[in-house]
Amino acid sequence: MNRGRLSQAVLARAGWAALIAALMVAPWLFYPLFLVKVLCYAMFACAFNLLLGTCGLMSFGHAAFFGAAAYIAGHAAKVWGLPFEAALLCAVAGASLLGAVFGYISIRRQGIYFAMITLALAQLTYFLALQLPFTHAEDGLTGIPRGKVLGLLSLDNNVVLYYTTAVIFLAAFGLVHVILNSTFGQVVRAVRDNETRAVSLGFEVNRFKLLAFTLSAAIAGLAGANKAIAFKLATLVDVHWSTSGNVVLMTLLGGLGTLFGPVAGAVIFVTLENYLADSGLPVQLVIGAIFIGCILLFRRGVVGEIEHLLKR
Amino acid sequence: MNAQVILGQLLVGLINGSFYAMMSLGLAIVFGLLGIANIAQGAFYMMGAFFSWMLLRWLGAGYFPALILVPLIVGAIGMVIERLLLRRIYRLDHMYGLLLTFGILTFIQGLFVWLFATAGRPYPVPAELRGGFDLGFMFMPTYRAWVVAASLTFCLATWLVIEKTPLGRTLRAATENPSLTRAFGVNVPALMTFGFGVGVALAGAAGLLAAPIYSVSPLMGGDLVIVVFAVVVIGGMGSILGSIVTSLTLGVLEGLARVVYPQGANMVIFVIMIAVLLVRPAGLFGRQP
Repeated sequence: MNRGRLSQAVLARAGWAALIAALMVAPWLFYPLFLVKVLCYAMFACAFNLLLGTCGLMSFGHAAFFGAAAYIAGHAAKVWGLPFEAALLCAVAGASLLGAVFGYISIRRQGIYFAMITLALAQLTYFLALQLPFTHAEDGLTGIPRGKVLGLLSLDNNVVLYYTTAVIFLAAFGLVHVILNSTFGQVVRAVRDNETRAVSLGFEVNRFKLLAFTLSAAIAGLAGANKAIAFKLATLVDVHWSTSGNVVLMTLLGGLGTLFGPVAGAVIFVTLENYLADSGLPVQLVIGAIFIGCILLFRRGVVGEIEHLLKR
Repeated sequence: MNAQVILGQLLVGLINGSFYAMMSLGLAIVFGLLGIANIAQGAFYMMGAFFSWMLLRWLGAGYFPALILVPLIVGAIGMVIERLLLRRIYRLDHMYGLLLTFGILTFIQGLFVWLFATAGRPYPVPAELRGGFDLGFMFMPTYRAWVVAASLTFCLATWLVIEKTPLGRTLRAATENPSLTRAFGVNVPALMTFGFGVGVALAGAAGLLAAPIYSVSPLMGGDLVIVVFAVVVIGGMGSILGSIVTSLTLGVLEGLARVVYPQGANMVIFVIMIAVLLVRPAGLFGRQP
């Protein structure tokens, strides 16, 4: 037991060190834009995992926040001409608001119904994105200007873009870590494990769930906004249910409920997607097969397996 | 706007409502028996339409043979999938059932997109059901009337089997308390396989009925099943007749919305879902929150 806890702490610290080192070195080894994509999806998966890991609520509609924030950031940067940071802030504010509303509606039900409701709400967002004038329907928002970071360095340089994204990612990842280890995180976990007891201890359970949901939506929004500006593009794919499914798969691949799992999952997923896009293999078919294989044979995910091995 | 247009849209709504009814009935049977929210229901609907098209195109088997063959084929595929895949996760949290069936949906959709591309293929209305008749206040295309009648027949037949026959009694017993049912010597695992087959066969039949109205395409089921999920959240999965009535009503409301505000028609059911959740969190016919 003691040894298990010790090795877990060591593992976590080693994980952090490895993560920061990898983030520093990565652009010399890989194409920076590919890494930016990985980091955006990793942030997205961390957001999803925050809700799942704390509340035990599996959202099947996180594309709503990712996609809505992508559109808002794109619109703010392109049409309003806001600087990079302000565009991100607008998008995060929008995603949080949407998260608060969707959270208020969906936490009324649990388990499978919660998943179904979030899926339906995300589909409503998808149809809104199809109708609203500023999203440009099927064409999407294109040619979003990247602007400058802090008004100094042009993000059109891919290396600058990468390091900016890396800093944003670390901030979001650190925030998730802090939330998970805070009193708030403990209360929400208590709610997850035994809701009746948490209620009897005097916690206003739904308020905690709603806050966790909103935080998760905000971080998903940050990921979507960053992605939209980095790739100068916000489209219907970002709000589509397949994107909601992809983030579930990433988290599952890496390990549900583990801190580093979503990051590992995002790396695997984006690498795989890039490889599949070039290979001419049917992408959806392969992704579906991996999904099925993961559920049947590899439920702990990569990081989950490692933790399990170390605990023994 | 004339009455003809309004009645026409209401009829389309009623038709969609009957598809929702068949889909949600299948979902309810599977959820009750297996504890799985089967999002792959959309893939079985799509396969129902595709198999009808293949039967016609490759084997020359027309609509009416397909009406019997397609539910059997789709049901058989469902039973194989239940045996090979779903069976392995019954002991886990219900969430894994949704994830696994999501993987199955993605896989099957991907397979059909790969084989047939995304373009829609027309399926002709069978000669016997072409044309229409004048109701006095509107012109009723025969096929559309047939679809409503046929899907209601499918639903009511399923309801009768579940409520009034020994097989249905066993099914309900297994839904209520599987281990006790098993103790009475009933082969519950076989019953679960059968139940899943029936549930997805309903989706397959709906796909066949839909084929002549909407063109046959690999992506036809994915969006539909999300709407049906919303229908199920609104109506709850507890009552069969309740879910049929909810489905038809929501279909008609959607049709009505297409008259009043066409751009928002595909959002109406989701908006109603939100309203219901705010007023009655357990759903209209739900028992527990």
